[in-house]
Amino acid sequence: MSATIIVGVDGSEAGNRALSYAKRLATLIGEDCVLELVCIVEWSPYTFQTHEENALRKKHRQEELNNANARVIAPALKSLEETGIKGNGRVLHGKVAHLLNSIAVETNAEQIVVARSTEHGLSTRVFGSVTAHLVMSANVPVTVVS
Amino acid sequence: MKNFTILITALASLLLMSTTAQAAEGIDAAVNEAFGAATGWFVALIFAPIPGTSFPWIVLWLVTGASIFTLYFGFVQFRSIGHSIALVKGDYSNPNDAGEVSHFQALATALSGTVGLGNIAGVAVAVSIGGPGATFWMILAGLLGMASKFTECTLGVKYRNEYKDGSVSGGPMYYISKGFAEKGIPGGKLLAGLFAVFCILGSLGGGNMFQANQAHAQLTQVIGNYPGWITGVIFAALVFSVIVGGIKSIARVTDKVVPFMGILYVGAAVIILIFNADKIGWAFGQIFTGAFTGLGVAGGLVGALIQGFKRAAFSNEAGVGSAAIAHSAVQTSEPITEGFVSLLEPFIDTVVICTMTALVIIITGQLVSDPQTGLYILNESGSIMTADGSSGVALTSAAFGSTISWFPFILAIAVILFAFSTMLSWSYYGLKAWTYLFGESKKMELTFKIIFCLFVIVGAASSLGPVIDFSDAAIFAMAVANIIGLYFLMPIVKKELTSYLARLKSGEIVKYKDSKK
Repeated sequence: MSATIIVGVDGSEAGNRALSYAKRLATLIGEDCVLELVCIVEWSPYTFQTHEENALRKKHRQEELNNANARVIAPALKSLEETGIKGNGRVLHGKVAHLLNSIAVETNAEQIVVARSTEHGLSTRVFGSVTAHLVMSANVPVTVVS
Repeated sequence: MKNFTILITALASLLLMSTTAQAAEGIDAAVNEAFGAATGWFVALIFAPIPGTSFPWIVLWLVTGASIFTLYFGFVQFRSIGHSIALVKGDYSNPNDAGEVSHFQALATALSGTVGLGNIAGVAVAVSIGGPGATFWMILAGLLGMASKFTECTLGVKYRNEYKDGSVSGGPMYYISKGFAEKGIPGGKLLAGLFAVFCILGSLGGGNMFQANQAHAQLTQVIGNYPGWITGVIFAALVFSVIVGGIKSIARVTDKVVPFMGILYVGAAVIILIFNADKIGWAFGQIFTGAFTGLGVAGGLVGALIQGFKRAAFSNEAGVGSAAIAHSAVQTSEPITEGFVSLLEPFIDTVVICTMTALVIIITGQLVSDPQTGLYILNESGSIMTADGSSGVALTSAAFGSTISWFPFILAIAVILFAFSTMLSWSYYGLKAWTYLFGESKKMELTFKIIFCLFVIVGAASSLGPVIDFSDAAIFAMAVANIIGLYFLMPIVKKELTSYLARLKSGEIVKYKDSKK
């Protein structure tokens, strides 16, 4: 029986810590473990944009996907391959907490691994951090790497 | 760095031009006279009355178009409003398309071009000339206009150009030329070209000079009288910095603040209506009575009707074709869905916001009437006499200020932001028409952008009369070419509508959440 672990990555130092921890878990679980690497470009369909931004949105979206794949997913998958761990990667647009949980449910994952977010500012104080949202709303266990 | 150099050079040119012109005495008067003389023939042609009546043919043209679309599509605007809201909420959006332009974003961006001075100053002009009855015709025009918007925005998405690099261009010039070619109808390119010419004039008129003019009027009311060219140069510099200098932060701040100001404006109107709740029934009585009797306004019933329809069309732009340019960037595999979404635009803009403005002006007693006869008293120019003699945006400001004393200051900021946001929107519409005619090169784009900025100064320096006449004429001229195109292409929209509704009814098209069950 395989075990899937969702790992939130974004190319940052914190994301790399989450990936390192997930790799350790995968090594302990053994060859049946699959790491599902997810990089999310924060996006809301309810933001206000200019006409020009709308006209160029498709082009910019493709650039964002290409950049995230090249800079985040590809190096992470390469590091998994080097250590003999099975993994897949994907880049999505949307809300981080919502999407990580959706993919966990969709892939029947055992848990989600993320790093502690480093968000600051008023919105974090008022609405809470992405990590806090994920922990509060996830349908599977969440490990937050410090 | 190159952009910065262009920005500095152009700003210097603008300032030099203005200071040189300042040396000549009465620059505002000179600009006004020259502008009036240059555009008078165009205005007379567009607003020529139907022989034997005082009814401008162009108003009848718009109303007839909106009525035909309403009947042809079986009152689609009333049948589908629930579905339109579900589409805006994203209920039918495929999550795999996340990151693309959503229905909400396309609607919000289009609204940023329409919600503005038309809702504040235009409505004041309508009720001060046409009386409270103009509001009734304005609402009716808004409701009928929903069908025009539905038709043009569906076609805007269906016939848009999607380039290899992922960018999108759409609008009447594209659907007229491509749609006519597809149906084998001759003259498509000529009509599309005509639309593009009118769109450029509209972007310089209603989308530019009228905005600059009314922003200046609002500023002088708050900080005292000063020459219009000063406002013009400042606005031109700001517009230039965004559309030529590429300083996106200004555009982004505007786009974030404008919706907030819109909500604040409607919120203040609601508060004033609550404070005067006992007069709401009376106000609606004035609106209905005035709609059919005129209540003493110049032209009577027809005068009220003309003003209502004119200002509604100017405000919500239904049938004009500009919205089709804005909505064409949406991500959807069903063009008709954007038609459903776009029909909310005249509802929000005219039926809700314009009506709020009109009610506030009527309820706060800004329009002076004869207590004996109940008829409105007219001044020497034929408009209704107002409590403090103000007109346009100043009248709306006085109406809000009579209940919330500090609101004119907020309104001044809102007017300036609305004007700026509308200018940015119309600079885009005009640019798309310009590049359709002259090709998509950087040189051509820069030429149009500089012309656009120069017209900001002309608009701010002119008096309201010639500017508002030209602005109306230029916007309505767009509707001439656009509605001809829509008549020929509406069977295509009907086919799309029938197919979509059948699939919706059969359950082939379902809400995304339902499809996962």
